[in-house]
Amino acid sequence: MKPRHKRFAFIGLGLVVLGIATVLVLNAFQSNLVFFFTPTQVVSGEAPKGRSFRIGGMVEDGSLVREKDGLTVHFIVTDTAKRLPVTYKGILPDLFKEGKGAVAQGQLGNDGTFVASEVLAKHDENYMPPEAAEAMAKAKASGAQQSKSLVVPQGTKDSL
Amino acid sequence: MIPEIGHFALILALCVAVVQGILPIYGAAVGNSSLMAVAKPAARGQFLLVATAFGCLAYAFAEKDFSVLYVAATSNSQLPLHYRLAAIWGAHEGSLLLWTFILTLWMFAVTLFSAHLPESTRSRILGVMGLVSIGFLLFMLTVSNPFERLIPAAAEGRDLNPLLQDPGMVIHPPMLYMGYVGFSVAFAFAIAALLGGNLDAAWARWSRPWTTVAWCFLTVGIAMGSGWAYYELGWGGWWFWDPVENASFMPWLAGTALVHSLAVTDKRGGFKVWTVLLAIMAFSLSLLGTFLVRSGVLTSVHAFATDPKRGMFILAFLAIVIGGSLALYAWRAPRVGLGGSFVAMSREGMLLANNVLLVAAMGSVLLGTLYPLFLDALDLGKISVGPPYFDTVFVPLMAPAIFLMGIGPLAQWKKASLPDLAKRLKWAFGVSVVTAIALPIVMGNWTPLLSLGILLAIWIVTTSVVSLRERLTHVAGNSFFERLASVPRSYWGMLVAHCGIAVFIVGVTMVKGFETEKDVRMNVGETATIGDYLFRFDGAQDVVGPNYTAARGSFAVSRDGRETTVLYPEKRRYTAQNQVMTEAAIDPGLLRDLYVSLGEPLDNGAWSVRLYHKPFIDWIWGGCFIMALGGVLAISDRRYRIAWRRQEPAVAEPTRAARRKVA
Repeated sequence: MKPRHKRFAFIGLGLVVLGIATVLVLNAFQSNLVFFFTPTQVVSGEAPKGRSFRIGGMVEDGSLVREKDGLTVHFIVTDTAKRLPVTYKGILPDLFKEGKGAVAQGQLGNDGTFVASEVLAKHDENYMPPEAAEAMAKAKASGAQQSKSLVVPQGTKDSL
Repeated sequence: MIPEIGHFALILALCVAVVQGILPIYGAAVGNSSLMAVAKPAARGQFLLVATAFGCLAYAFAEKDFSVLYVAATSNSQLPLHYRLAAIWGAHEGSLLLWTFILTLWMFAVTLFSAHLPESTRSRILGVMGLVSIGFLLFMLTVSNPFERLIPAAAEGRDLNPLLQDPGMVIHPPMLYMGYVGFSVAFAFAIAALLGGNLDAAWARWSRPWTTVAWCFLTVGIAMGSGWAYYELGWGGWWFWDPVENASFMPWLAGTALVHSLAVTDKRGGFKVWTVLLAIMAFSLSLLGTFLVRSGVLTSVHAFATDPKRGMFILAFLAIVIGGSLALYAWRAPRVGLGGSFVAMSREGMLLANNVLLVAAMGSVLLGTLYPLFLDALDLGKISVGPPYFDTVFVPLMAPAIFLMGIGPLAQWKKASLPDLAKRLKWAFGVSVVTAIALPIVMGNWTPLLSLGILLAIWIVTTSVVSLRERLTHVAGNSFFERLASVPRSYWGMLVAHCGIAVFIVGVTMVKGFETEKDVRMNVGETATIGDYLFRFDGAQDVVGPNYTAARGSFAVSRDGRETTVLYPEKRRYTAQNQVMTEAAIDPGLLRDLYVSLGEPLDNGAWSVRLYHKPFIDWIWGGCFIMALGGVLAISDRRYRIAWRRQEPAVAEPTRAARRKVA
């Protein structure tokens, strides 16, 4: 092979490697995107089965139930229009409270319960996760009625 | 009164920055040395002014001056003094002041250590840094003033976010910013070279130590942030691929590529154009990181106010800096020249491959970080990119890079022979492969990733040993120690930094492969086993801290009947904002960490508890510190010290002539 051919071969090889890398990256990217759904969308069946996604909204006041093992919790996430029951096994983040916004990631179970693998911690108590805020704004925009259970009492009970 | 002095000092600093950004660069362009001479005093004056402003803000915090809005928003009279001072960079306005302060600090350092630079180069460098400084000072004075008054004064401050009340927080942001802003020096060198049109090996030699120092700071800063997340967030993770972490990691990847590319430009005069591009990239990513973290686009502990004006300002600033420098690059880079030729199988070739891989990794992080933001901004829905994406992409990109890291230092410049390399490295390769297969089997848990991690770590160490041995046979000296001493420090620096990577890989591999985690409900007196350790919960008591009350659990840990330690995790309630926070208790060790954090109180004094056994986790941060140590060793090398002592005229003449030719 002439040096020039060699050079072309190298450049060609480099491009092929780069192309493969790009395909792999984009493929990994595609399969790891986590989409966001509002409780209304989930209840109306828009969310995928068997794939992880995120939900967000307000934790309904008085809905938090803890099982005897002290770890499994059930609560309801609502966007004021629809209510979605959620199950989570594990320790909830410090700022998780009834009547406050929350975001959870997990899969939809067969019985329509959202089985959360992760409940996201947020760092500031006055702060509403944008996903949760958006879910509520969407529900409001679509003319849903304000649910009465959502009146947020001041000084809710907390974990201490 | 004091805050007004600080405010006024910032205004004066802006005036000085304008002078510093315009006159020296113009002077260098027309060859007017009295204009160029403005750069040095201007930079020093600006440093003094910004330092004054910084001191004024510190004073306001120390004196609990709640008539300053920023002080009232981020501190509290019960907050201890050291956290009140750390609160200076606890939120948006103050952290920008810290940014600017550090920028002027770097400028000051350039004025001190640039006696050997040609005057035109130095004035261009300081001029470019002055221009960057204009942006930040303007930003503070227009939309983000830390000295804004609150009238009437608040009776009590709102307090610093409890998560940030931690010793790690005191040091992490300044370290990180020293790194971010340190790349501004490399950036200024690159822009100065483009403006002047002379980019030679001497240029690379000057800009190398600055880049390395910035890289060291950034490495340490990221490691400290990761450590902070580990012990402060209470769930034992050390890296979440959170956009905020990515924002600091991208400049690190670009900076790492830059450090290596500069080595080629310095030693062989190659990669010139690429080096300049990397310098621009590293600093642009630092700016982008600041934008992402501080503008409120991302929501996390780092993002404070969400003021759209600020976001727009930073975005515009970003566009000007990145767009401007890339335009200059496109215009001037062809004059810089490409540098010497080499074949693929050479040290240059391997460094190039390494660079490409690092930049590709940076690009994939950028994609995963920015894509969700773009979708959101365009109102196309909300998505998030999970850690699995980064994990799947990162391992295949970094594994070959790390493999090359072992060969590169042994390959000859310009043209290396593959059979020769294979002969020299066969022992290292054999040892690595055998260990990588045998060790996980001995430990009783074989997975491909575990083997890969061990393979790469051992490979780095064994190739370093081979490289050192060959090096020792080539240097002069009678005894072994004499020869050891005559190996240059920059070479030691490289070896140490590479071994730091090996230590880091061991940490990551062992934690991923062998960590155990348990969420349990524990009654008083109940025990739980994790790893080989038995944890007994002895109940929780109420304790009172300076600005919080807490429930403190007590856990007696034992192994084979012998007591190891007692751990006291806390659940704190910070009184000012009535905020609850988990304070994990950790028993650190060289080979494992034991980690306990309290969940929630249940009935009859029982708690839900999170227990972790994390083997080798401290190696992760240890590896980062070793990398930084390698960087420090490299810049203490003789060749830089000589360069700094050298007098200006010695190098000034030929470069001045070169400049005239271009101009």
